[in-house]
Amino acid sequence: MNQTETFGYAAPEAAAPGRELTFLEAIREGLWEEMARDAAVCIIGEDVGGEFGGAFKVTHGLAAEFGDARVRNTPLSELSFVGMATGMALMGLRPVIEMQFADFISSAFDSIVQYAATNHYRWGAPVPWVIRAPSDGGISSGPFHSQNPEAWFVHTPGLKVVSPATPADAKGLLISAIRDPNPVIYFEPKPLYRSVRGVVPEGEHVVPIGEAAVVRRGDDLSIITYGAQVREAVTAAESMARDGIAAEVLDLRTLKPLDWDAVARTVDRTGKVLIVHSANRLLGIGAEIAAEIAERCFDMLDAPPVRLGGLDTPIPFSPPLEQAYRPAAAKIEAAARSLAAY
Amino acid sequence: MVDSTAAARGRGRRVGSPPVIDWTNRTPSPLSRDDELQVYYWMRLTRTFDERMVAMWKQGRGLGGAFSERGHEAIAVGVGFALRPDDVVAPMHRDLGCYLVRGMAPARIFGNLLGRVTGVTRGRDANLHGLGDLSLGIIGFVSHLPMSMPVALGAAMAFQMRREPRAALTFVGDGGSSTGAWHETLNMAAVYRAPFVLVVENNQYAYSTPLDEQMAVADIATRAAGYGIPDVVVDGNDVEAVLVATGEALERARSGRGPTLIEAKTMRMLGHAIHDGAEYVPPDLLVEWQERDPVAAYAQRLRNRGVEESVLRAIDERANDEIAAAVAEAEAAPFPDPSEVGRGVYAP
Ligand SMILES: Cc1ncc(C[n+]2csc(CCOP(=O)(O)OP(=O)(O)O)c2C)c(N)n1
Ligand SMILES: [Mg+2]
Repeated sequence: MNQTETFGYAAPEAAAPGRELTFLEAIREGLWEEMARDAAVCIIGEDVGGEFGGAFKVTHGLAAEFGDARVRNTPLSELSFVGMATGMALMGLRPVIEMQFADFISSAFDSIVQYAATNHYRWGAPVPWVIRAPSDGGISSGPFHSQNPEAWFVHTPGLKVVSPATPADAKGLLISAIRDPNPVIYFEPKPLYRSVRGVVPEGEHVVPIGEAAVVRRGDDLSIITYGAQVREAVTAAESMARDGIAAEVLDLRTLKPLDWDAVARTVDRTGKVLIVHSANRLLGIGAEIAAEIAERCFDMLDAPPVRLGGLDTPIPFSPPLEQAYRPAAAKIEAAARSLAAY
Repeated sequence: MVDSTAAARGRGRRVGSPPVIDWTNRTPSPLSRDDELQVYYWMRLTRTFDERMVAMWKQGRGLGGAFSERGHEAIAVGVGFALRPDDVVAPMHRDLGCYLVRGMAPARIFGNLLGRVTGVTRGRDANLHGLGDLSLGIIGFVSHLPMSMPVALGAAMAFQMRREPRAALTFVGDGGSSTGAWHETLNMAAVYRAPFVLVVENNQYAYSTPLDEQMAVADIATRAAGYGIPDVVVDGNDVEAVLVATGEALERARSGRGPTLIEAKTMRMLGHAIHDGAEYVPPDLLVEWQERDPVAAYAQRLRNRGVEESVLRAIDERANDEIAAAVAEAEAAPFPDPSEVGRGVYAP
């Protein structure tokens, strides 16, 4: 497979000339440009500051460019540094919070779901912060460095949730998240950081929150997915195409608010739906999508919607166990082939 | 050296021998005569609001729960008076007086208590929760204790980042001081030398749980040293003591000398909330603190300083009239329309 080199298909609107960046470089470029554009944008998190630049080096170079006051290390205090970001946001700043790993976001739960998410509804003051949460696994990181906790936050009124799959979207969605007046959780699949390169348009590149993208056209079935599983789905679709099965791949990009029109359009085109995510299947995003499709698109269906997700277990460490846990191209292809044959 | 272990004290330890207030000869007054009368007005307005609220809820004219701040007036008003207009405060559920001093109209607060569209949260949040109004420098309260602490710290960090000579202050109870966020926030405030002031309202109970079941130290303030933060213990029933200590802490904060923890000792004079008879509180404890009632005590101090009785009575009347008008206005206000339910979840 040469997907490492070529993945990062240009989304239809991304036809402008660009350069190839890694997923990680695209995130950093988004941060850099927003900090340069707006003095209110600042970064907080563990180990983000100084020369070090974060556990994954996403913020490397930003402290030197923009100063220590705007790229600030925090102690290990997730609950309170997210609360602190809320106060900063209420006073007009635009903090971007780095969770060292998405797994540690649970330590900040009250600050996110009780405070920030409810604030505008309760008394009308916006809370414009972003949490960047390095998520997902498949790289033997074990139960506490591999999680995909997006469903908790999609379940929370008042939050927006995004998860890019390409360098161009990583940059464009981050910029939209920073400019959005609401708390946004940005799940960045860390297996993509350095394994994916893609064209990122030159100049200001903004991808609106709430718009899915069809990344591959097809009439036989639809694979609806997001994050790191987009690459897996595209790989499966390419393989099936050699046998004349045309799978459409819809990258949701935003999980909340979800682009239901794009979902309905692809169901209408193919009549068969496979929903895939790395997060465990039970009560995951796929459950909601399947339920909505059943309610809204029943007449368009030629087969029952199928879901593929992680197992209802902690995420195991050893490769055979983790592979058994997690969806990947081969499993997607198997499920898609049997759906196509339905 | 006092043996401060919980075992040595036995159940129901009290805030021992509260500092004796010299009600008669506090000279010179830290305040001008005009400010003394203003402070008295705010305390009286707070007390009158509180008494009217309790009466209404007992008559069944209320909605949901309600927290009395009886006993806390000196803390809430003293702090409110010490803040400058461009400082920011995040009050909690016993700080009615602070909202009032900051300029939140009593009718808007009653409107909130009664779930009316004219309330600060337009019927979305309950009792004193969510009473935020950034035009008054007030950050709204959320139930989860002590979540106002890190948020107020964030406001302080914004001031520091923009080099503005402003401070952020918030409150917490003895109960809230047992949480992880309490410790995380104080540590970060110290590390960042943030312009942040924490006022701990030690009213001897967290709901039904007395101090010795919550902590094994005599003063919550002693914990501040563990973070490298200066602490002050004040008599929370002496409004001028609260006001002076808070003013000094705010000045420290604004001038870049870092955070302060103030522990104000007081007593919650009614139940946790309106439904709670507080039978678990020893009656003699309430009698002891009733004699130190902060509103009556301040009136007496002003009399001793030569303020005419008629001046105090006129303030009392004004407070009565204003609260009566606020209640009438709130009760006459409409409830929100059901079509409002989905509005405002997101900022546009
Ligand atoms: C995290 C959390 N747990 C439980 C509660 C329910 N609760 C509301 S007030 C309270 C007691 C608070 O005591 P304290 O902090 O001393 O404040 P006080 O009510 O005495 O002023 C409790 C347990 C809460 N609001 N937050
Ligand atoms: Mg208490």
